[in-house]
Amino acid sequence: MDAAALGLVRRARWRWPEVVLWLLAYAALLMPPGKFLILNEIAILALFALSLDLILGYAGIVSLGHAAFFGVGAYTAGLLAKHVTGDPLAGLLLGAAVATVVGFATSLLVLRGSDLTRLMVTLGVAMVLGEIANALPGLSGGADGLQGVTMGPLLGCFDFDLFGRTAYAYSLTTLFLFTLLARRIVLSPFGLSLMAIRRNPLRAGALGVPVNARLIAVYTLAAAFAGTAGALLAQTTAFVSLDVFEFHRSADVLLVLIIGGAGWLYGGIAGAVIYTLLQDGIAAFTPQYWQFWIGLLLVAFVLVGRQRLVGGLYAMLGWARRR
Amino acid sequence: MLLHLYLRAMSAMATILFDGVAYGMLLFVLACGLAVTLGLMNFVNLAHGAFAMAGGYVTVVLMDRFGLPFLACLPIAFAAAALLGLVLERTLYVHMYGRSPLDQVLFSIGLVFMAVAFVDWAMGSSPQNIKLPAWLQGRRDVFGVQVGIYRSFIIVICGGLALALQLALMRTRFGSRLRAAVDDARVARGLGIPVSTVFAVTFAVGSGLAGLGGALGAEILGLDPNFPLRFMIYFLIVVTVGGTSGIVGPFAASLLLGVADVAGKYYLPALGAFMIYLVMIAVLVLRPHGLFARPR
Repeated sequence: MDAAALGLVRRARWRWPEVVLWLLAYAALLMPPGKFLILNEIAILALFALSLDLILGYAGIVSLGHAAFFGVGAYTAGLLAKHVTGDPLAGLLLGAAVATVVGFATSLLVLRGSDLTRLMVTLGVAMVLGEIANALPGLSGGADGLQGVTMGPLLGCFDFDLFGRTAYAYSLTTLFLFTLLARRIVLSPFGLSLMAIRRNPLRAGALGVPVNARLIAVYTLAAAFAGTAGALLAQTTAFVSLDVFEFHRSADVLLVLIIGGAGWLYGGIAGAVIYTLLQDGIAAFTPQYWQFWIGLLLVAFVLVGRQRLVGGLYAMLGWARRR
Repeated sequence: MLLHLYLRAMSAMATILFDGVAYGMLLFVLACGLAVTLGLMNFVNLAHGAFAMAGGYVTVVLMDRFGLPFLACLPIAFAAAALLGLVLERTLYVHMYGRSPLDQVLFSIGLVFMAVAFVDWAMGSSPQNIKLPAWLQGRRDVFGVQVGIYRSFIIVICGGLALALQLALMRTRFGSRLRAAVDDARVARGLGIPVSTVFAVTFAVGSGLAGLGGALGAEILGLDPNFPLRFMIYFLIVVTVGGTSGIVGPFAASLLLGVADVAGKYYLPALGAFMIYLVMIAVLVLRPHGLFARPR
């Protein structure tokens, strides 16, 4: 094996903090009911952020419209449950599949132009989809949202309960499986080529990496992840509204990923935990204006320097591990 | 009978065209500051609408609480937004030049969130109204076409501003310094041009114009705490579709956008803003540097 392959194998080894994280996440299922709704929210947000991480953190595509795929997945799963079958897994698969198709179709649009053009195009795609949903109230429920979504039992035997225990277990397991998949993908030669593209697309192309094909592949893949997250939201809350396509959703997930650290597999999960707890905490003492503090945090975060902050944290962790 | 119907349709179309032009002119004044910061200086400032909102709310407060006449409020709205822009540029934005677009996006989204929540807290979330003076209200019949007086007023003011800006950018010493600073800041600095002062003044004027646009447009666009988010995409469309070499492109793009939006809402209300976004995506994919620009 050459050095690059050896490096990948070494990095692909499981470390104990990862194992502890997942054990803790599953152990939370044994808690008395009361916190499952927020845990479910965190798991879905983490999956959504993980999907953004694939394109932003690994391939370097800045997107301001990632909610497009989240929304497509949510509406697909919601409509399927309302009109055809309440089976959760069927909805999850179909939501991911439709989002994949939309992702592939729009991936061709993000290949061209500068970061600014990409920002605008991704933002525009989310806006267009939002307008379509708005213009078809018969299908989407319009401003009232999609009502009457009823879910069948999971795997035919676990009913979705009022406290959200089943919902959390369902979302967490989906997140776990998709994290495994993402882990396998980014720690492969494919993942390495993505990072090469992010650093320098021109040089990556000169080295023989098919830049456009790789970008299309990862964008489509990220759309599938985001669609799954959207489907989870639709199924576990039994409701979809136009809000799934809105700008603030795309901005929030960007914020979540940046807080957790982009370009790192657990960045989305860390960010989702911190962001949701923060939002919950701020909303407890100022329910209406929590957005102000999130904004302030964001400005301070960028001014101090993302790299310095997150990098400093990693340096501290590395220092602790070496001791 | 047919002729009559035809004439009616024509006059409706002329009214729509007129309203669209007024709307486009307004968009231009709102967005031209962004055309300079984003188009020329390459700074992705999603918070531009916040300065427009500041101008609008300053006008509301001055008119409602202090009873100032509408016309007197306009220069104050400009000055207040310009001052806000200058202070923020000197304290915060100056650290963001040359950073990655992602950092600039995050930073300015943070500012937008803060502005939205702050205005919500200070002024409440309900939409604000501006009471126009009586002489600006109503419509007049000009050759069978219904012409809004306030919209004519907007066209005159904004058209004059566009002309003045183009002359300032192309014919004055400051304009050539700005163009030099944008083309190559290092060389410009070496030639003794005070680049950071030029940028600060430009940013302040752009913010001030946005504030003026916010004051003028409160009647037509509506004014509530979500203003910066609602119109962010419109401003970005003007700049990216218009292209980034000068302000002629953004001006043409504003007019196009204004007419297309008004006509679209009149003839195809079900589609909403759908067409505009679609056109924007098509333009950006086919001509990433904008409709009216040469690629740099």
